[in-house]
Amino acid sequence: MADRSHGLTGWFHRRGWADLMIAVPYVWLSVLFLLPFLIVLGMSFATRTPTSPPFGFGGENPVLNVAGYARLVQDDLYIRAFLTSILNAGVATLLCLLIGYPMALALTRVSKSWRTILLMLVILPFWTSFLLRVYAWMGLLAKSSWFNGFLTETWNLLVPIDWALRSIPMMHSNFAVVLVMVYTYLPFMILPLYASLERLDPTLDEAAMDLGSRPSQVFRDITLPQSLPGIIAGGLLVFIPAAGELVIPTLVGDSGSPMIGRVIADEFSSANDWPMAASVAVALLVLMVGPMMVWSRYQARDDGLAEDRP
Amino acid sequence: MKRSPTFLISVLGFGFAFLYIPILSMMLFSFNNSRLATVWGGFSTKWYVALWRNDQIVEALVLSLKIAVVSASFATILGTMIGFVLARFRRFRGRTLFSGMAMAPLIMPEVITGISTLMLFILSAKWLGWPVERGFATVTLAHITFSMVFVATIVQARISQADRAIEEAAMDLGSRPWQVLCDITLPTAFPAILSGWLLAFTISLDDVVITSFTTGPGSTTLPLVIWSKVKLGVTPDVNALATLTVVVVGIGVALAGWVLMRAEKRRLRDERMAYRGGG
Repeated sequence: MADRSHGLTGWFHRRGWADLMIAVPYVWLSVLFLLPFLIVLGMSFATRTPTSPPFGFGGENPVLNVAGYARLVQDDLYIRAFLTSILNAGVATLLCLLIGYPMALALTRVSKSWRTILLMLVILPFWTSFLLRVYAWMGLLAKSSWFNGFLTETWNLLVPIDWALRSIPMMHSNFAVVLVMVYTYLPFMILPLYASLERLDPTLDEAAMDLGSRPSQVFRDITLPQSLPGIIAGGLLVFIPAAGELVIPTLVGDSGSPMIGRVIADEFSSANDWPMAASVAVALLVLMVGPMMVWSRYQARDDGLAEDRP
Repeated sequence: MKRSPTFLISVLGFGFAFLYIPILSMMLFSFNNSRLATVWGGFSTKWYVALWRNDQIVEALVLSLKIAVVSASFATILGTMIGFVLARFRRFRGRTLFSGMAMAPLIMPEVITGISTLMLFILSAKWLGWPVERGFATVTLAHITFSMVFVATIVQARISQADRAIEEAAMDLGSRPWQVLCDITLPTAFPAILSGWLLAFTISLDDVVITSFTTGPGSTTLPLVIWSKVKLGVTPDVNALATLTVVVVGIGVALAGWVLMRAEKRRLRDERMAYRGGG
């Protein structure tokens, strides 16, 4: 190994400090992240018992109980919850892309000094409390709010009198969940898109224009393909947390069609069925393996680029 | 592809209106005289007075700040170690598991992290006798664990980008390795370490889900107080609290941005001086 012999890294290895720097986080993450996950994995095969903690193995119970997983496919509550999660998160991701892409593109076209300020304004809501940003929409969606009143009046103006409404029922619906998700996760979409669009070479656009491409063709053939890494990164940064979201569906969602995060929390806290909660959790993680693989391949390629530098 | 300025301005105008109207509306309604949180009933600052007199909220804020400072500091130390290891040590036994564990918490749904960490504490209380009661310590441990990976990502990116030729030059010119570390590597990574700390601090201060699973009776953080109020609906005193948060965070972000920008400018200037042979 070349990097052992010289330089700062080599010194770290010779002094044994490298081992220490690897071992401390290794042990920490093993105990506080990997082990808890393995406990949940084990618990998903346990049987619910009236003991404390309320699950057990062996004795009268089967050592490996797959009843939880069986219920996942039999009871359509779980299947519907999974579908609702995927649908809500998918629509939210798509809308974030549709709103975020033009914004990111516009940000690359404004002057340098404006760009710093506007980027700061994109990031600022992200630093304020997530909970309070969800809460801000509760104030707008409520039936008595000025925003709902404004939308209701606009609606009544546009539609025949028979369709007139007193207020628009927006709270406690999947519409509200998607809207608030788009709102809270939009910065996660804009920033990676901006990062990849900023790197593009504007002379390529000009060359294509000179050779007779129309603006729409330039966008389709040059800008869009080159910004694909940003689209993938932004899409995953929105979709992954959105699919497992708990706070937003609890506050503005429809309790009749819950998302999977809420089902896990309810099984655990209200129903006190810990093995079932664990089974749903494991199933959610399995479903997320797909996007995770895309993510890690993307990360690995980024690392590769970084290491190729001299 | 030339776009007209009107198109540019309208895209940005619409986007920023979407991002800021809810926040501005919430701030405006914190000065509402009415009990009904969504109907305007005249100007008043009474909700701010009520907030200041609310011991539960002040106590929760103090606890949240304590947890955030302690967990952000530990998370920064551990995260910097991970970032350095991932950026510099390319091959060691168990690297795949190491980088996997350093990435997985980023994409783990918070409910699952919360429940699994709670399981660890419950089983360890049963078999090892600790923790007897969940509270400050358990919440802080959970926060360190899931915020250190964010620090690691930032620090790793910075150290991978840093120019190693400068380190090698310093070594060739006779600097000892620890001098290189203190004079070059750490100062280069400092802006990343500082933003890592700030990010970990904010994540901890903001967290609801993981905290609600890992805390116990008597240890209620500010987000948990807000959470229990907000679940019942919109209330004017939460509007006041939110307004204060936005103002404090806004000032904080502006200050941090200014400090980081200055540090970056100084670094670039120093590098230019170094290349020119001055300094």
